[in-house]
Amino acid sequence: MMELLNTLEKAGVDLLGPVWLPLWTVVKILVIVLPIMGGVAYLTLAERKILGWMQVRPGPNRVGPWGLLQPLADGIKLLLKEIIIPSKSNKFLFLAAPVLALTPALAAWAVIPFDEGMTLANVNAGLLYILAMTSLGVYGIIIAGWASNSKYAFLGALRSSAQIVSYELAMGFALVCVLLAAQSMNLGDIVRGQKSEYGLLGWYFIPLFPMFVVYFISGVAETNRAPFDLAEDESAIVAGFHTEYSGMGFALFFLAEYANMILISVLTSVMFLGGWLSPVPFLPDSILWLLAKMSFFLFLFLWFRATFPRYRYDQLMRLGWKVLIPLTLVWVVVVAAWMQTPLWVW
Amino acid sequence: MSKLFNLLKSFLLIELLQGLSVTGRYFFARHITVEYPDERTPQGFRFRGQHAQRRYPNGEERCIGCKLCEAVCPAMAIKIEIAEREDGTRRTTQYDIDLVKCIFCGFCEESCPVDAIVETRVFEYHGEQRGDLYYTKEMLLANGDKHEAQIALDRASDAKYR
Repeated sequence: MMELLNTLEKAGVDLLGPVWLPLWTVVKILVIVLPIMGGVAYLTLAERKILGWMQVRPGPNRVGPWGLLQPLADGIKLLLKEIIIPSKSNKFLFLAAPVLALTPALAAWAVIPFDEGMTLANVNAGLLYILAMTSLGVYGIIIAGWASNSKYAFLGALRSSAQIVSYELAMGFALVCVLLAAQSMNLGDIVRGQKSEYGLLGWYFIPLFPMFVVYFISGVAETNRAPFDLAEDESAIVAGFHTEYSGMGFALFFLAEYANMILISVLTSVMFLGGWLSPVPFLPDSILWLLAKMSFFLFLFLWFRATFPRYRYDQLMRLGWKVLIPLTLVWVVVVAAWMQTPLWVW
Repeated sequence: MSKLFNLLKSFLLIELLQGLSVTGRYFFARHITVEYPDERTPQGFRFRGQHAQRRYPNGEERCIGCKLCEAVCPAMAIKIEIAEREDGTRRTTQYDIDLVKCIFCGFCEESCPVDAIVETRVFEYHGEQRGDLYYTKEMLLANGDKHEAQIALDRASDAKYR
């Protein structure tokens, strides 16, 4: 696989010269983005199906066999719907907000290592880039809430910004533990640091188990998913930040939310579950392992939504500031101390 | 001590895991949805659907115009006019049921001394214009002719409980 890519690259440079690099990069971006978009579409179906099964009902099953064409039908419906722009909204920001929500969710994929050497941009500060991108996504939400000029949207945006600020900290501290363990900010090196002859025993979720849990909980909060979906809290503030959006604007927020879910799932797999590494020594490492781990976390997202009632706002803040952040702070010290002892075997 | 125990319990997310296990169990449970146009639930012989007027086997209509159904109808959905027929019997000239008003309580059926007005098992019908659900005597009789076999069977099944 890699040899083939290398020969292709060499042939391309010989053939096209300076044009080759941008062209090749665009091809690589498409190879990453298109499956994500397909994944997002079918994640919406998976969500409805899984929620349905957990509620002892079949879920969508009318469009195509087992409802498999449902995402297509939804997409066409949303495309054909009228886009209504509130007359007193800030029109430029109102239209820019969905784009601002979606772009960071996709941009963050640039540094994700899919397999050995399969990264779009092998950045050394990849982790910082990820943190920056995942927190940028909330600007879309804030701007949407503000530009709509609607009280519900505004409340949703306020909640979302406070929530992201609180949970970003816990998330960052959890990642500091990963940094300590891996001694690198390069996501590829983080995965390589988890390689051992004992398969899954070498992965960071064992020494960093509390951080693994904290990271995933913060990730759920970061993506505004149930039980942390206060930003769109439909029982209290209509639809939160996207109250005023219709048609494709709404669809873009939807895409952004699901792309973020996939991103958080992949990140959790990369940081704590050894990315593309195989859990047992006798099976080869492959991108399929990454996909399997990602699917597991995506299932957890949906399982949480089917199980937990929404947090009240003060409970959300309490959990973030008084439970998760102190816990991460303690564990950073524990890990740092642990690493100085011979007991650290990772 | 119990405080410590509670702290431990919430830190280990035990209650959350219990909740997850409940939904996890139901994930594998058979779904109970009846996928209506493809699947149907069974109907009882006392099912109260659309109304019908019955006839005797010789073709004579059963209704004698006693107006008991009109009197008992709580929604006042029935309108009856009567007159003497040439042969001297008492018959209805008009027997209308407004299905929009009807609440399908079954009192008309119960009050009828000659089992003339009955409710059938038909529940899938609709009206496209105002007045489409205003059923006249002819429509009710036609309904009865159409479903007589089922109606008679249902009355026979119910007979021993009456």
